[in-house]
Amino acid sequence: MTDLLQTLLNGVAVGSGYALMGIAMVIIYKTSEVVNFAQGEMALVSVFFTYMILHTYGVPFFYAFPLAALFAVFVGCVLEFTILRRAKEQNVLGMIIVTIGLEMVLIGLVSWKFGAEQKVMPFPISTYDTLMIGNLFATTLEALTFAIVWVIMLGLFLFFRFSRLGLAMKATQQNKVAARLMGIRTNRVLMFTWGISSLVGCVAGILIAPKSMEPFMMWDPMLKGFSGAVVGGMTSIPGAVFGAYLVGIVENLFGQYAYMEFKSAVAFAIIVIVLCVKPSGIFARHYVKKV
Amino acid sequence: MDMKRDYYEDVAIFTSRWIIFWFCALILGLALFPFIADKFLKTYYVYVANCIAVNIIVAMGLNLLVGYTGQISLGHAGFFAIGAYATIVFMAKLGLPFVVSLFLAASLSALFGFLLGLPALRLEGPYLSIATLGFGLTVTQIIGRVEYFGGRQGLHAPELVIGPLHLDSDISRYYLFVLIAVLVCLFARNLVKTKVGRAFIAIRDADIAAETMGVNLTLYKTLAFAVSAFLAGLAGGLYAFILGYIEPEIFNMLMSIMFLAMVVVGGLGSIFGAIAGAVLLTWLDLTLRNILEVPFLGEWLKVMSRSWFSITGVSNIQYIVFGSIMVLIMMFEPLGIYGLWLRMKKYWKTWPF
Repeated sequence: MTDLLQTLLNGVAVGSGYALMGIAMVIIYKTSEVVNFAQGEMALVSVFFTYMILHTYGVPFFYAFPLAALFAVFVGCVLEFTILRRAKEQNVLGMIIVTIGLEMVLIGLVSWKFGAEQKVMPFPISTYDTLMIGNLFATTLEALTFAIVWVIMLGLFLFFRFSRLGLAMKATQQNKVAARLMGIRTNRVLMFTWGISSLVGCVAGILIAPKSMEPFMMWDPMLKGFSGAVVGGMTSIPGAVFGAYLVGIVENLFGQYAYMEFKSAVAFAIIVIVLCVKPSGIFARHYVKKV
Repeated sequence: MDMKRDYYEDVAIFTSRWIIFWFCALILGLALFPFIADKFLKTYYVYVANCIAVNIIVAMGLNLLVGYTGQISLGHAGFFAIGAYATIVFMAKLGLPFVVSLFLAASLSALFGFLLGLPALRLEGPYLSIATLGFGLTVTQIIGRVEYFGGRQGLHAPELVIGPLHLDSDISRYYLFVLIAVLVCLFARNLVKTKVGRAFIAIRDADIAAETMGVNLTLYKTLAFAVSAFLAGLAGGLYAFILGYIEPEIFNMLMSIMFLAMVVVGGLGSIFGAIAGAVLLTWLDLTLRNILEVPFLGEWLKVMSRSWFSITGVSNIQYIVFGSIMVLIMMFEPLGIYGLWLRMKKYWKTWPF
């Protein structure tokens, strides 16, 4: 029993990291219907920026993390402004290709600059600190990640509910033309959407970096977060978190009780099955296509 | 510009005498290429040509799926891997002859394509992309863990023998690969001009409208996946012999992205585009792998890497180049190289105006 609970807990702990990436992708998909494959690499750039200011310039944590957050928002806004806005082909396939191209450029830049070897990210909490909850244990970092997911979820909920920018984003998402007519500068709103999404991604990256830090570190969390978001329906933030937990739990259960090796494969298999039953995810309202 | 006056003119493979002439010239050129390369250039170029031929086959298949049927696939490296492994396993472990095992391997890959096509009936956009992506990752993971397939160590390709012929050099393999590539191109060009091809295009343009017109979506969508996977598997089987040695790490997600990039850069929905994209990107890929040996540019990059970047990461420049090509093509010329060609043609046809 303890075993099972521990496995579930590990699943949720891994899932929290995926959840942050999932949230980041959902924010962009919701407002602009772009599947952002570059999400992981945008986070990667911010993480390596953080590493650079912490390691090379010796900035204290207290200043480094806000700086990193600002940088992440900046990266997101700049990418939207310079590239996404100017892409001609506005269909799903075209946008997927643009973001994949962007992803490759960013990963190339980062690994050219920093090389492919493992780095050690300076972080206030050691990865070996553990917490005991009854019979179960989790590392402090995992607990922190878990808490941050909920804080961000709550924060985004309040943001979309009560702030002017958040309301403008919601309006843009529901009907772009109407939002424009109401005086919302939809282009600028989209830009800030990318900024916020990049910020969430950056948080995810910084929380993942202490465990492993090399240019390909964001592949796995990004893909798993994306699949979690897809299971949740791609348009709902709680759905993305639920989906990410599901992916984390399923892969840990399978790894524990069946085959360790096929751990990540089974997660994707589950997703395909879920999608076959509910083609637009669990939490999304069923969409009707205009002919 | 290209006025069609009757149905048979529309479905003809060669639309004019000049095209037949240039096609024959191309075939002649391809036949003479190894001798020219051997005499005046390095034999290395024959190896490059082999890689290009293989990639043309994959790009042709992927173009049928992405460009003509409008279904996205981020998992073609999976089919490629299935083709490569199956060919070698059939030959080395079951002792079947090359042609039979290549055909069986491609059919096996097509079967997997059909299976992947089934969920694709209900999915689209991001949902389809994650399903295909998951497929690609899963295939390599499973192959990498099964001892029968060599596990992480991989497999050695056996000697390539067709009847009495021993194809053991790049030049002798060249003829086989180019022959298959040319046949595949003709097949693809023929396919898109038949009923099946028109059904594919109808699905891409508006699947619901196509269904109401009587196009069987189930049949044609799975067929598109199966044909595409068949060609990818075929190419995979050939690629195994170029490398001589395969391991699961080769067939990663970047490979799927490369295939997609070829189709996109060349031009979605055109046969010429797939060929052009495959040629350009394969050549770039092989050149950029040794970018430091490129004259002038290599030196400059070395200095620049030492002072600003890291010298160990220079090989990653190829990601930057590929990524920027993909982004720029989508930003300025969504039809890719084919679009450029069309524009050029139009410009010269109407020249003084």
